[in-house]
Amino acid sequence: MSTLLEVSGVSVSFDGFRAINNLSFRIADAEMRAVIGPNGAGKTTFMDIVTGKTKPDEGRVLWGEKSVSLLKMSEAKIAQAGVGRKFQKPTVFEDQSVQENLLMALKKPRGWLPVLSYRPSEEDLAKVATLADDIGLGDALLRKSGELSHGQKQWLEIGILLAQEPRLLLVDEPAAGMTPEEREKTTDILVEAAKTRAVVVVEHDMEFVRRLNCKVTVLHEGSVLAEGSLDHVTSNQDVIDVYLGR
Amino acid sequence: MNRSFVARNPSVLIFLALLALFTLGVTILSEGFGVGIVSTSFVKTLGKTLCLCLVAVAMDLIWGYAGILSLGHFAFFGLGGYMIGMWLMYERTRLIVVDALAQGQIPPTPQEVVDGIGNQIFGVVGSSDFPVIWSFADSLTLQLAMVVLVPGLLALVFGWLAFRSRVTGVYLSILTQAMTLALALYLFQNDSGLRGNNGLSGLQNLPGVSASQDVVSMWFFWGSALALGLGYLLAAWVVSGKFGSVIRGIRDNEARVRFLGYSVEAYKLAMFTLTACIAAIAGALYYPQAGIINPAEIAPIASIYLAVWVAIGGRGRLYGAVIGAAVVSLLSTWFTGGQAPDVPLGFYTIKWVDWWLVLLGLSFVGVTLFAPQGIGGLFDLISDRLRPDRHGADLGPDQGSLREKEAQQ
Repeated sequence: MSTLLEVSGVSVSFDGFRAINNLSFRIADAEMRAVIGPNGAGKTTFMDIVTGKTKPDEGRVLWGEKSVSLLKMSEAKIAQAGVGRKFQKPTVFEDQSVQENLLMALKKPRGWLPVLSYRPSEEDLAKVATLADDIGLGDALLRKSGELSHGQKQWLEIGILLAQEPRLLLVDEPAAGMTPEEREKTTDILVEAAKTRAVVVVEHDMEFVRRLNCKVTVLHEGSVLAEGSLDHVTSNQDVIDVYLGR
Repeated sequence: MNRSFVARNPSVLIFLALLALFTLGVTILSEGFGVGIVSTSFVKTLGKTLCLCLVAVAMDLIWGYAGILSLGHFAFFGLGGYMIGMWLMYERTRLIVVDALAQGQIPPTPQEVVDGIGNQIFGVVGSSDFPVIWSFADSLTLQLAMVVLVPGLLALVFGWLAFRSRVTGVYLSILTQAMTLALALYLFQNDSGLRGNNGLSGLQNLPGVSASQDVVSMWFFWGSALALGLGYLLAAWVVSGKFGSVIRGIRDNEARVRFLGYSVEAYKLAMFTLTACIAAIAGALYYPQAGIINPAEIAPIASIYLAVWVAIGGRGRLYGAVIGAAVVSLLSTWFTGGQAPDVPLGFYTIKWVDWWLVLLGLSFVGVTLFAPQGIGGLFDLISDRLRPDRHGADLGPDQGSLREKEAQQ
């Protein structure tokens, strides 16, 4: 499998505080990866760097077969290149219907002129309907997304990501605030997505990570502490000391 | 979803029908073309009000839909007025000067005519030379193009600088206030080339037209109604599709839109420039009806009034902006025109000319606190009753609980 994203030797500090310290990370096409770590380990900052929100002080972030550097690109350009991001708190456009949310995310030209003249074709609408079924919102297409329950909003945001057809999905705590049944469904959606693209899941909940059944990266104080299967990292003494032991 | 544009936006059709009815009604009652119940000066007031409604639509687009509280759109409105005013003033003065020189023994040279016009226009600020910005004033076509180009270019440059640096929220509002203040102060100078605080006057007289003001006022009234209709249609079209989705998304969560791959700055810039052009067209129709334009028109307070109209009318819906602008500006004319009866309280008499602004301020605060949807929100009361698809909400807090529809089966 070829490398899709390679982060190497990245550091960033905020007001003297080193949030990320010489972090290296790589992920292949169609791979699922869980990133765990205590609060303040730099999980969200890591996502900020990959998506272009934060510029690192040093290091490289390379993308795709041609190893393009993401550091020079704007957030919008990085998203167009195929990086999709889900926020910790569900962020959907509450004032708009589920359908409008998904249509906006569909992979189409992003410039303002083509968007101005865009009208959804039958094919697009069918695609949106299928996607809504996949995320369990098939009946809610015309409802305002602000009316949805918390769990449904989380799914809608995952649906928005999938509609973008990204090659890499960064998912921040997808199961937060969900009921056990909802968690199960979320796992299914993510595992399904990881068959065709790379998925990075940041999660606190060990049970959830176990169900994802994938390689795990443990972050601590801005760098990688351990990497491997869940059983491997949970038996690692360092990991037990800084994370599990507490 | 694939229904026609009008079917998806019935309010557009209703609005256009009402506007057409209103125009027809005023025409029938006017002095120029009808029975003469509505005076010419009131026709002008109504025509001006239509222009204000159009600039309010532009304000609603940029504030209510794109979430950018611009407090500088009256600068674009005023610039549009200046651009058309330059031609009106130049051409009318030219006709007068040519007439006057024709009395002489020898026919005047073109240079003498130009000098004569310069003397007439700029004598008031102690000059007689044409500044560079008047280069195109002799051509109606070019000057009409400048109505859109000059404010559009200003908006483009200002917006590019501001949005590129990701200035948002209240800081952007302050920047736009600074822009309009700077422009007004510049125009107040005598050597700005636009006659300083005298402004441009006599704009109500169309050069080469001998028709009376009764008739001309109706022309402008029709023109304003047409511009408002077209502007409303354009605005409704712009916000209806995916573009509308994206800009409302920018209003609600800019970062999310950015991570979807949309270049937020380009969208903001497009909206800012488009609305500046709409505002400029409204201004170009307004000032010939007002007859005079001076730098006080684009003082910062004017743009703030604009925001107040849209807030009172209900932002985020186009007809709300129109209602707000029409109601508040007509009320303002009524109160400040001395027509509103004084309220004697015994120990004090409330004179509305003085107290109108207090009333306006109180209603703005009241609307903000108690009716954030504005006057337009009243329409929700009707349409919600007609729209059944609000049902189907969850009956209980759990995902597993029955939906309303299922429960009825």
